[in-house]
Amino acid sequence: MTAIPLNHVLILACILFAIGFIGVVARKNTLFILMSLEVMLNAVGVAFIGAGSVWQQADGQIMFILILSLAAAEVAIGLALLIRMQRRYQSLDIDRLSEMRG
Amino acid sequence: MSLLAWLPFYPLISFLCLIIFARRLSWLQASVLGIGGIALSAVASALVINQLINTDAAFISVKLWSWFSLGSSAVNFSFYLDALSAVMIAVVSGVGLLIHAYAAAYMKNDENFSRFMAYMNLFIVAMLILVLADNLVLLYLGWEGVGLCSFLLIGFWYREKENVLAARKAFIVTRVGDTAMAIGLFLLFKSLGELNIAAVNESAAALWQIGDELTYWIALLLLGGAVGKSAQLPLQTWLPDAMAGPTPVSALIHAATMVTAGVYLIARMQGIFLLSPEVMSYVAWVGALTLLLAGFAALAQTDIKRVLAYSTMSQIGYMMLALGAGAWSAGIFHLMTHAFFKALLFLTAGSVILALHHQQDLFKMGGLLKKLPVESGLFIVGLICLMALPGTSGFFSKEAIIAVLWSSPTAGPVLWWGAILGALLTSIYSCRLFFLGFLGKSRRYDKLHALDDEHPRVLLRWPLFLLALLSLLGGLIALDFTAVFAAPSAGTGVQEPGWLHPLAIATPFIGIAFSWFFFKDYRQNQGQELAMKPRALVRFCSGGLGFDRLYQALLVRPYCFLATVNRRDIIDQLIMLNGWYVRLWHDALSASQNGSLRWYAAGIGLAVVFLAGVITL
Repeated sequence: MTAIPLNHVLILACILFAIGFIGVVARKNTLFILMSLEVMLNAVGVAFIGAGSVWQQADGQIMFILILSLAAAEVAIGLALLIRMQRRYQSLDIDRLSEMRG
Repeated sequence: MSLLAWLPFYPLISFLCLIIFARRLSWLQASVLGIGGIALSAVASALVINQLINTDAAFISVKLWSWFSLGSSAVNFSFYLDALSAVMIAVVSGVGLLIHAYAAAYMKNDENFSRFMAYMNLFIVAMLILVLADNLVLLYLGWEGVGLCSFLLIGFWYREKENVLAARKAFIVTRVGDTAMAIGLFLLFKSLGELNIAAVNESAAALWQIGDELTYWIALLLLGGAVGKSAQLPLQTWLPDAMAGPTPVSALIHAATMVTAGVYLIARMQGIFLLSPEVMSYVAWVGALTLLLAGFAALAQTDIKRVLAYSTMSQIGYMMLALGAGAWSAGIFHLMTHAFFKALLFLTAGSVILALHHQQDLFKMGGLLKKLPVESGLFIVGLICLMALPGTSGFFSKEAIIAVLWSSPTAGPVLWWGAILGALLTSIYSCRLFFLGFLGKSRRYDKLHALDDEHPRVLLRWPLFLLALLSLLGGLIALDFTAVFAAPSAGTGVQEPGWLHPLAIATPFIGIAFSWFFFKDYRQNQGQELAMKPRALVRFCSGGLGFDRLYQALLVRPYCFLATVNRRDIIDQLIMLNGWYVRLWHDALSASQNGSLRWYAAGIGLAVVFLAGVITL
């Protein structure tokens, strides 16, 4: 089995991160924003795993587990908020919910 | 001492009461307050003048408090009374009292009566401060104070646009003179470091030679101030328009007191003027030209008050002429007698105007001699004093002026002839006024307004009788100015021809005889319509010899043109550049604060990419 070069891993991570970021910025639906955030977190996770396998260190995997649990916690809270939002405003459009005015 | 210190403050107290309680006061309360303040001042003046006469000292002075200090010299709020200011306070508070009493009756039906009395009181305060000031700063305070009151009173009936315009004109035109005077004061302070009047007069004589350039400029600038306030050439245009104010105002401010402030200033600063013979002769020339100009203009007026206004201008011209010729005491003497008879003339004219339902046009009067015999009699008294017929007060003072002109080093025969011509004009326009208004048969008015119903006769008549008495006998008051004025310089040795005095005395009679024949139409008018022949010369004269038009064309129009062209001020636009710059950034930054979370996230992301790019490159 040939080792995957680090560059490829990082390019994949970058693409994933960019997709996630664009999702956060461009999406209006809060649920999709949350999902895009997950994609961004996973992109970071991919980068950690790739780096850990190149240097044969366990740190990358530990970091990934940390990110995974963080993401789980975040999603738990985020989804709870979403349910409240939906109940209260009958909408998940983040622009419609925006109450801050510059 | 405290008598002198309190003198100007009685009217101030009544002014404050009147202005605070304003319309809550009834007519009686307001007039008691208004007249009472002046009456106290008049009594105090009499007592304090008595004190001055009975002491050996040449002056009484009292220091109230220290106002502020200018460099090393202190400017005090202190009063100084010598023979000159004694005459002035006697005139201001005495004639002022009579005019206030009359005004209370005259203005009885005005809804703003207490405001009127308040302004009149404030005027007396300012005038008393002006004449009692012992330094030029305090004098300037009074000077501006009377200017302010004049403005307020000319525009008293502010609902009519004409009055407001007249008030504004008076304010702006006198301001030109005041500016000149202020510059003169700065120059004086810069060169002497002193603004106390007595000290200035002394140290100027010690420091400067006759004919120094500095004294020339200072005297000229002070003359500028005097010319503005006293309505002399070339700043005379405001006075005829100032007749828009109520008639007692015209009597008090624009005849008896304020307009003589310029004369007072020159007399007061004689130490400076004596050092500059050139300016002295300018003073004389200004006076002579003004008295001729005003005489010609008065010949062509149709409004009774405007005739009197021009005659005021011309009589002040005489005072200026006297000062310029070095006849200080004659000038002040004429100031006093003029205050008596001009106040009488104006107040009588006020009664006539009131009786005729505010008709001021002479061509619509006529035949008043039979209808208003008392007023006519009083008016005749005023006119013979104005014409200086022998025995009246005007005779003594005017002859005293004319007598010194011929041989004075700063005047001379030309100005003597000017004064004689002026006297001739005076008698002609006085006769014209009298013939038009009082002789013949009545034209164009129906029923006389009964004065007794609404206006208390006591107040409307008695001040006039007293003023008439003063006008007739005022010439007998002997004024002693030896302590104030330097002895007149010895004549130039010019021989005076023997016919000078007889001619001067005969002049008014020549004028009367002339007008008896020339104005026959006016005298024998049988009630038919009269109108002035609208010839170019007459129009020119009635417009004040074209000065208004000249100023309109030379100053007002270009100024208005510039103002319209530069409506959006150029300098303002330059300063606004700052504003625009700030505005631009404000708009840009506030657009970025749109409250949308996604934009912030995009901003953070882009900034991170940008910073990462900067760091790696």
